[in-house]
Amino acid sequence: MSPQEIADILKTQFGDALTAVVAEGSHPHVTIAAERWHEAAVFLRDDPRLQMNMLRCVSGLDLHPEPWIEVVYDLISMQPGGQQGLWVNQSTIAVRVRVPRDGGHVASVADVWPAADWHEREAADLFGVIFDGHPDPRRILLPDDWIGHPLRKDYVFPTEYDGIPCAVTAES
Amino acid sequence: MEDKVVHGQPDLLTDFDRQRVAADDLRTEELLINMGPQHPSTHGVLRLMLRTDGELVLEAIPHIGYLHRCAEKIGENVTPVQFVPYTDRLDYLAGMNNNHGYSLAIEKLCGLEVPERARYIRVLMCELNRIASHLVSFGCYGLDMGAFTPFLYAFREREYILDLFEATCGQRLTYNYLSIGGVTQDLPGGFADKLAHFLDYFEPKIDEYNNLLSYNYIFVKRTAGVGVVSAADALAYGLTGPCLRASGVKWDLRRCVPYEIYDRFEFDIPIGIAGGAIGVPREVVVGDSWSRYFVRMQEMKQSVRILRQALQQLPAGEFRAKVPAALKVPAGEVYLEVEGARGQLGYLIVGDGKKTPRRVKIRGPSFCNLSIATHVCRRVLIADVAAILGSIDVVMGEVDR
Repeated sequence: MSPQEIADILKTQFGDALTAVVAEGSHPHVTIAAERWHEAAVFLRDDPRLQMNMLRCVSGLDLHPEPWIEVVYDLISMQPGGQQGLWVNQSTIAVRVRVPRDGGHVASVADVWPAADWHEREAADLFGVIFDGHPDPRRILLPDDWIGHPLRKDYVFPTEYDGIPCAVTAES
Repeated sequence: MEDKVVHGQPDLLTDFDRQRVAADDLRTEELLINMGPQHPSTHGVLRLMLRTDGELVLEAIPHIGYLHRCAEKIGENVTPVQFVPYTDRLDYLAGMNNNHGYSLAIEKLCGLEVPERARYIRVLMCELNRIASHLVSFGCYGLDMGAFTPFLYAFREREYILDLFEATCGQRLTYNYLSIGGVTQDLPGGFADKLAHFLDYFEPKIDEYNNLLSYNYIFVKRTAGVGVVSAADALAYGLTGPCLRASGVKWDLRRCVPYEIYDRFEFDIPIGIAGGAIGVPREVVVGDSWSRYFVRMQEMKQSVRILRQALQQLPAGEFRAKVPAALKVPAGEVYLEVEGARGQLGYLIVGDGKKTPRRVKIRGPSFCNLSIATHVCRRVLIADVAAILGSIDVVMGEVDR
């Protein structure tokens, strides 16, 4: 199924909540309103036409100087039934959810795809996006007492951590 | 059994406790144990917090981040050509595969064409590195299970491959060889002969290892039926590579979504098979630790097949495309996955017309594969935790990035 067809199905289901569609290029994606994302995730997984059974990747994306951060979910539908028992790649799509830069909330989809658990913790850790309903919302890569979210473009490098001075050679 | 009241607080005890207290005045309680970050069975700096009841693990909570080296942040601050050496350090046992994924993603974004010869050299290097990586996995897994000898054999063979790499690019671990636009230099003289010699030498060795370790009774007892992952769980947790195939899902990017020139080669995709079939011990369950281990053993044979075909088809010509010195990452984005040694290695690269990309996101296969650990290590023995972790075959450099 082509990205355009997936986008059409989502458009009929979610209407105006689907704010943008890019069906061409090397990373076809749709953008969906944050309030409808959890509902859309369940739909993407369970709809017999889509069956997005694997969440491949969740990435944060800072669009500085725009006042928002995007969370990009890369999905794939893989089904049995190919030659020699191989599984077939039915379709792939990326879904983006746009949240405000400060205190942005998006519903966690760890209950839809358990794979989202660690990926969302990472996005929360490095971008400061808050995932509502996450089962284990701790930092994952950085120490628990780290200040700030380093992959944001407005991140201020610390001058010290735990009394250890940090050399700052910031030239961004 | 006589019902005893202990110290006038009967409400604190369950019936089960009461019976035990009555039986032999024995009380046990849950114990938190740290496994790692410095522990030989955690393959790097992984720390597992085990909630145990005697020998039984009730819950295993992984703590990661000890090897976090800000690879993604660095990727935003250096040019693509400069970032290739950093990709080597992600999965440091299969550096070539990491170079490959990043180079392909940048080439797709920038619209670069890679010469034929370079594409074949890339396949040669990736498959050799896959064998080297699986050899480490095989050797170390034997070590985890208490078998010392296979480790020495595995490293003897790996040494040969590393010598080939050293002759090719001067490096034995972090290669920086597959770069944007092709490879950094041509194959050295006599490489084809050396490689053909190695393949002839190595292929029968795999059967020897199977006799030595795979079908060893103790080894089978330790791994078969331990840490079973169903196909549905594997998909839900985003498992890829040998871990997914061991659960019976015949999915390999090299065949299912062919990239580079993998559609030109003939090879099979080994998957986990239930016990009792030819060459599979009776105790084996699809998706258990033994299956994950054995898929890797079979994959080495398939890699040898690919290497033979690639060597035969290797064309003459350029080994690198002309890449502009000041390569700019155009506005746009790409998400590309390759089949690394441990699973699907993905790169999301977003450019905005500058020399450095806006965002480099790396999907490490070990990161996703490890996330199932809590789910699998529930109500297993402490010794089984090592068996399960070893069969997942994580490289912490890739988990923490």
